[in-house]
Amino acid sequence: MENAISINGITKSFGEKKVLDDINLDVKKGEILGLLGPSGAGKTTLIKILTGQLSAENGKSVINGINSQKFSGDDYRNFGIMMDNFGVYDRLSCFENLKIFARIYGIKNDKINEALESVGLSDAKKTPAQNLSKGMKSRLRLARVFMINPDILFLDEPTSGLDPATADEIQKMIQKEKEKGKTIFLTTHTMTEAEKLCDNVALLSDGKIVEYGNPKEICRRYNHQKKLKIHLTDGTEKEIPHDENSAEIISELIKSGRAETIHTTEPDLETVFMELTGKELTA
Amino acid sequence: MKNITAVFLKQIKETFRNKTILIQFLMFPVMVIIMENAIKLENMPEHFFVKLFAVMFVGMAPLTCMSAIISEEKEKNTLRALMMSNVKPFEYLLGVGAYVFIMCIIGAVVFAVCGGYEGKDLLEFMVIMGAGILLSSLTGAVIGVFSKNQMSATSITIPVMMIFSFLPMLSMFNESIEKVARITYSQQMSILINGIGNAGIKPESIIIIAVNFVVASILFTLAFRKKGLE
Repeated sequence: MENAISINGITKSFGEKKVLDDINLDVKKGEILGLLGPSGAGKTTLIKILTGQLSAENGKSVINGINSQKFSGDDYRNFGIMMDNFGVYDRLSCFENLKIFARIYGIKNDKINEALESVGLSDAKKTPAQNLSKGMKSRLRLARVFMINPDILFLDEPTSGLDPATADEIQKMIQKEKEKGKTIFLTTHTMTEAEKLCDNVALLSDGKIVEYGNPKEICRRYNHQKKLKIHLTDGTEKEIPHDENSAEIISELIKSGRAETIHTTEPDLETVFMELTGKELTA
Repeated sequence: MKNITAVFLKQIKETFRNKTILIQFLMFPVMVIIMENAIKLENMPEHFFVKLFAVMFVGMAPLTCMSAIISEEKEKNTLRALMMSNVKPFEYLLGVGAYVFIMCIIGAVVFAVCGGYEGKDLLEFMVIMGAGILLSSLTGAVIGVFSKNQMSATSITIPVMMIFSFLPMLSMFNESIEKVARITYSQQMSILINGIGNAGIKPESIIIIAVNFVVASILFTLAFRKKGLE
């Protein structure tokens, strides 16, 4: 499948500090790629370079066939950007906030209403943004991106600082966009979000990609323990090696009615990240 | 053009709900209406308050509004969202600038009506006010572009605004201040406004205003090159 985003050898430093070091990534059309890393890993810097807000020292990034350092005019119509720090006009209502951008992109009012509907802000259409909760403001920023109906979405920490229920709602909205065939490049430091949404993840630490691939495959790749965890009906847990004898043990436990649930002990992305970098993902 | 219009219309809606900006546009026009009608003293020059407040209005309102609008958008990152929607810096500045200019010109009309200007005098008054508003807007834009946030913009705006709006008044009481004030466009505006209908337009005033305009343009270019609209 054709690449929507190609990143080749991107390097960026701020003063002495190398923030991005030879980043290479491809994102296929219709794919969700999650860039996973702790705060300060260089995720936002990479998004800024990809969207033409910053220039790279070395390397090249191509978005929909266009060098991101040479974006101009209508190129911006092809992708939507939701940065964590993008503001909203506090004194204006949700509708008026979107209307500004609708005028810029030549979008009709019914599309504004559709965008507000899609993020569940129809009832707050006339509410000034200053009266919205943090989660609602995030949804408004997301509506601004959805309204443009771009091919590629860059979402920088879309659920950062939100309560689990709101984060879950936003993740569902992102999933819906993927179902429409959109390519999504999202940054996050939440492993559950990455596991839930992303086709592929790139683990970023100190400006370097330390691992790349499908989240489940990565976890399987780092499953050194190869054990099975069995929750027993008496409330205790039993760990057994995942080998040729495990079937027999499990079978006995099931027959005796003692086995309640059986789990593999694959590491999660957090554990993989810790193993690779010695750092916590949420740091 | 559609981007400039979008910024302009956004600014109308935004500012009508922003009391601190709105008060800048209204304060002096309202004050001049009240003072012109309420205070009539013997030996007081004709339309004294119109001439005094018109210069203060031009030195204060456009400058404060431009710097406040730009710095607020920078601080709240709404400006970045606009830039990432393909609004060019000059389109943004023209949109905001046009709004501030029109609002101040409406204020200038209030002064013109209160001052009883008619015909050629009215035209002269409006041209002088227009030039002053343009220069003050440019100075406000320099401060807005240069400042990181509203706090830093305010700390620069206040002294600059005091110089341009109060020097012409203070120069009435002190000759030394008057000598210094001569190099400012607001003092020259004051001289030109006071000369409407009798002294005529002095070339010296035009030259000083033009030099002020060149200096403000250079400062704007330097500020923009250094900081952009980031």
